[in-house]
Amino acid sequence: MAQIFHPSTNTLSKVSIFGGIAVIAAIVAALAAINRSSYVTGVRVARAQPVPFSHKHHVSDDGIDCRYCHTSVEKSSFAGIPSTKICMNCHSQIWAGSPMLEPVRESFRSGRSLEWTRVHNLPGFVYFDHGIHVNKGVGCSTCHGRVDRMPLTWRENSLYMEWCLECHREPERFVRPRAEVFNMDWQPPQNKTDRLALGRKLVQEYGIQKLTSCSVCHR
Amino acid sequence: MKQPRGARREATEEKTKTMAENKPETERLDLAAVRARLNGLHGESYWRSLEELAETEAFQELLQREFPRQASVWLDGGSRRDFLKLMGASLALAGLGACGSPAPTSEKIVPYVKQPEGLVPGKPRFFATAFTHNGSAVGLLVESHEGRPTKIEGNPTHPASLGATDAFAQASILTLYDPDRSQVVTNAGAISTWSAFLSALNRELEGQRPSRGAGLRILTESVASPTLAAQMKTLLAKFPQAKWHRYEPAGRDNVRAGARLAFGEYVDAQYHFDRCDVILSLDADFLFCGGGSLRYARQFADKRRVRAGRAEMNRLYVVESAPSVTGAMADHRLPLKPSEIPGFARAVAARLGAARKTKSEQPSPRLARWTDAVARDLEKHRGASIVTAGARQPPIVHALAHAINETLGNVGATVTYTTPVEDNPTDPMASLIELAGDIEAGRVALLIILGGNPVFTAPADLRFQGLLSRVAFSVHLGLYEDETSARCHWHIPEAHYLESWSDARAYDGTATIVQPLIAPLYGGKSSHELLSALAGQPGRSGYDIVRDYWRSRNRSKDFELFWRTALHDGVVAGTAFPAKPVKVKKVQSSEFKVSSPSPQTLNLEPGTRNDSLEIIFAPDPTIFDGRFANNGWLQELPKPLTKLTWDNAVLISPATAERLGVSRRVGARGGEHGRIFVDVVELRYAGRTLSAPAWIMPGHADGCATVTFGYGRTRAGKVGTGAGFNAYAIRTSDAPWHGAGVEMRKAGAQYALACTQFHHNMEGRELVRAATFEAYRKNPDLARNKQHEENATLYPGFKYEGYAWGMSIDTSACTGCNACVVACQAENNIPVVGKEEVTRGREMHWLRVDEYYSGSIDNPETFHQPVPCMHCENAPCEIVCPVGATAHSHEGLNDMVYNRCVGTRYCSNNCPYKVRRFNFFQYSDFATPSLKLGRNPNVTVRSRGVMEKCTYCVQRINAAKIAAEKENRPVRDGEIATACQAACPAQAIVFGDLNDKNSRVAKLKADPLNYGLLTELNTRPRTTYLAKLKNPNPELKEKEEEGAG
Repeated sequence: MAQIFHPSTNTLSKVSIFGGIAVIAAIVAALAAINRSSYVTGVRVARAQPVPFSHKHHVSDDGIDCRYCHTSVEKSSFAGIPSTKICMNCHSQIWAGSPMLEPVRESFRSGRSLEWTRVHNLPGFVYFDHGIHVNKGVGCSTCHGRVDRMPLTWRENSLYMEWCLECHREPERFVRPRAEVFNMDWQPPQNKTDRLALGRKLVQEYGIQKLTSCSVCHR
Repeated sequence: MKQPRGARREATEEKTKTMAENKPETERLDLAAVRARLNGLHGESYWRSLEELAETEAFQELLQREFPRQASVWLDGGSRRDFLKLMGASLALAGLGACGSPAPTSEKIVPYVKQPEGLVPGKPRFFATAFTHNGSAVGLLVESHEGRPTKIEGNPTHPASLGATDAFAQASILTLYDPDRSQVVTNAGAISTWSAFLSALNRELEGQRPSRGAGLRILTESVASPTLAAQMKTLLAKFPQAKWHRYEPAGRDNVRAGARLAFGEYVDAQYHFDRCDVILSLDADFLFCGGGSLRYARQFADKRRVRAGRAEMNRLYVVESAPSVTGAMADHRLPLKPSEIPGFARAVAARLGAARKTKSEQPSPRLARWTDAVARDLEKHRGASIVTAGARQPPIVHALAHAINETLGNVGATVTYTTPVEDNPTDPMASLIELAGDIEAGRVALLIILGGNPVFTAPADLRFQGLLSRVAFSVHLGLYEDETSARCHWHIPEAHYLESWSDARAYDGTATIVQPLIAPLYGGKSSHELLSALAGQPGRSGYDIVRDYWRSRNRSKDFELFWRTALHDGVVAGTAFPAKPVKVKKVQSSEFKVSSPSPQTLNLEPGTRNDSLEIIFAPDPTIFDGRFANNGWLQELPKPLTKLTWDNAVLISPATAERLGVSRRVGARGGEHGRIFVDVVELRYAGRTLSAPAWIMPGHADGCATVTFGYGRTRAGKVGTGAGFNAYAIRTSDAPWHGAGVEMRKAGAQYALACTQFHHNMEGRELVRAATFEAYRKNPDLARNKQHEENATLYPGFKYEGYAWGMSIDTSACTGCNACVVACQAENNIPVVGKEEVTRGREMHWLRVDEYYSGSIDNPETFHQPVPCMHCENAPCEIVCPVGATAHSHEGLNDMVYNRCVGTRYCSNNCPYKVRRFNFFQYSDFATPSLKLGRNPNVTVRSRGVMEKCTYCVQRINAAKIAAEKENRPVRDGEIATACQAACPAQAIVFGDLNDKNSRVAKLKADPLNYGLLTELNTRPRTTYLAKLKNPNPELKEKEEEGAG
């Protein structure tokens, strides 16, 4: 009986089997990449705001401390979005007539709140507390990036759980001295050994635990 | 007993296999078989329901299933629609999926324009206020998140609370956010305005001026507010001919009349259970009802907690007709018909020399034994005993109780008397009768009803509904547009107590300023504001009215300091009434003579022909007099002892049921798990008839029936309308509590009740452990001895460094009052599921209170066991979850991760404690805006298809840990109180760190009474129990056994 399949089909089948696996792997990899891309995560995508507020200007140029506006960052789970009153503390004096700031003045006059677009958003089942992170030596810029260089604010990190766990598993890689938490310019020691040595020392000193139980964040 | 049980189970397994095809239909309950079985039992045995005792196979099969067959199918379309209507769930949820990812959304952040001083966004604040219920107040601390009250806690400095709350106070926050509350002023059913009302009112008042208010009547509920009383005084000075009536369906008429009979004047009695060793309760449910009940429960429990070295325990005798929360705590309980209780009280009084003997009485031997034993015990504890009578008892019983207390020298020691809490109190029933008479005679032109719902709650013989239409101008101020609003010309939406300024006195006179937590959601008005409008000052705010009253009362120089201190503390210092010396009058012996059937009719043998029954009226234990009918939390709360939800029933004893041929059947079709088909009975009483489902209540007195009023509302709202039957329809003003001559017969029909007693059964494996105090003193290790040896394991145990959270529940202290269940529901955003779903065993309460009974079905002993998640160290649920949605934390918590859960329900199947709850449908209401305001922002609102369970209030643990970490210190013992623990009046629940050997919970776990549930499974539960101790009178105990033998 004659062969139904030409010998070349052997090659073909091998190619299609391994090729198929490769294609599936590629699709998975692509999906993972898309899922981590800024298209999905919104990382480094500046968001439009009712007033084009520039952290760059206020932090770098004016040298205003984070806590002047984000008043509850050390005390509460919520860092606090400044009330219109806080804006007007300065802007009733400077740039008092700027058309760009009209929504702020309008809010102050009418008593209706400004509606900012959320940049950092966590799902409803995640409970994050700013206060404890700040108190344990997690710097603002560790999560939020160099806000002092953002003309319009964007998200520096994906806020995915894998990202949270990086630090929750190895806090020594990320913590800094408490005094430097609000310092945007702080740099860890260049040398890796020194960096880890400092991290380990701070973890010890601040009593930082590796909290990876579900109920730490989910409840 | 264990051996045959196990053998029988094997046999049933065989049978259930064959029965799997044709669905098991449980048989009707056969009480004779139950009795036969009980007689065959020896030693300690506990049972949960009569069906369990009857041990029919179909029922056994039913219990063994966690989720009964077809439980996941929604069978009938009609009820599904009803359910959706009820819950208000909507398709708006479709967009919810987006919330599950941290991806950027168009969500807005809306900051304050001017942030209020002292407010830190994300940090709750607590404000002191008070909840007024049935004429007295309980002090509260209400949690507020950015101006939204979310959770109610007790105020530790308030004498009536001591930090605890009851189920009503806990649930009152849901009423605030109830979307069915009335939202506009209406005139004859049409929408109107407050100013239109004011001008109409002024016209009417002008008409009243010449006659000095002769046609003006004001009807309120009992008033605990001194400001309101003062306002009323001002108004009555302006209209001297006007009258102020007060009506309360569960009023204290008899208490007042009793005090008047004994002392010649009305005084309030206050009890001090902390100084008391022997208590005789004559139908008094002092642990559950009344303004001081929370404090009493605490004091009572403190005298019952036996810890190492304590050689004393109090003893409680309860004589009552219908089983009550207090009766379930009794060391000795005697069920008597209402007509027999005065005779018993008199016999005890006579025995103690507090009343003269009459010759005619010849008590039955059993009663005589009881009387002797109780009297002797009281005698032995002169100055350290209390005799208390219940609000339902006739005045004579109260007078006798006062006389006994005086004779025993208890007055001044365990009982003190004060001036009444209510200003110038009137008898509510008499007051309403007078009003009805005035309306009938055409003397009422203008009727203002401030709160209450008299059209629904008035006794049937007054025909109040018809009378109201004879009044030319009627106004109703109420939270809901209810039955009364429908009959009044004007309806004014009332401001909830969390929305308005007021004040209120507690049971001991201590005043609290009621401050609002939120501006009125629907522009409601308070009674103060309406009264002020009546008095010609329509614009005055509640704040001004209350503040001005206290300014006029203030004696200190700095009023502002006084006012702020009072607001902050939640009590006005020095307002408690001082004890008042009173003396029991020489009462005419004729007055003490009881005009009721002689106690010879006692101990009605089962089967005795006597068709006429006595009737007992009582407010419902969860929705009270009907005012909480639209509160889903309270509707779904399993009622203490009966465990019924969403309905009321006629309670009768097993013997009476046998005589009437009344029975019941547990439904087993289509996943019915708690649907009990009971016989409907027809009650004929005083020329009126009422059909209602009958419920066989172990421990109920024979020859009488208890009906609870509050159900059968016709205009309650989406939740409460149509639930249950209306017992007011046969209640009469001359006998509001007890009546005789009731004819009861089976109506032939059946009615389905939703009862949770059959749910989550753990099949009697020494779940309840109890002993007598005497046995404990001989052998303190008696509970532990039964405990299984800790199972050996090859794996090294996990070492819990840092904290190891655990809980201890004292079953000796637990009164089964349900406050913990509602507190848990409020704290953890637990949804309401509706009657239909409860019948399928799908109620969502994370914490349930199991009832166990032991002994005869005619007068069993009762045991309560609150069951939250055990947080097992070797949790059976965790190993079966295919997606890792339930995992163990490093502090020993059994975590539940909603976002991972895919709803396989394997965990629930594998949980031996049956504490996991599954969202079969979208139970949480995401759509109704007002309900969103009341949710706890620190707990996820669960969606459909997700498993959930008790978390030990992990949000509170985390908050306390964060606070401690910031201060660089460990969490202090007592810093974390779970919601159930905080609410518990008896302090039966203690939570804390097991690794801290000095913590209260660690010490309790080391107590010899400590035991765990089902520890033979090697689950190593973190929640453990303290065995229940009882302190029976040896004299009575032996004789009872003799009698029984």
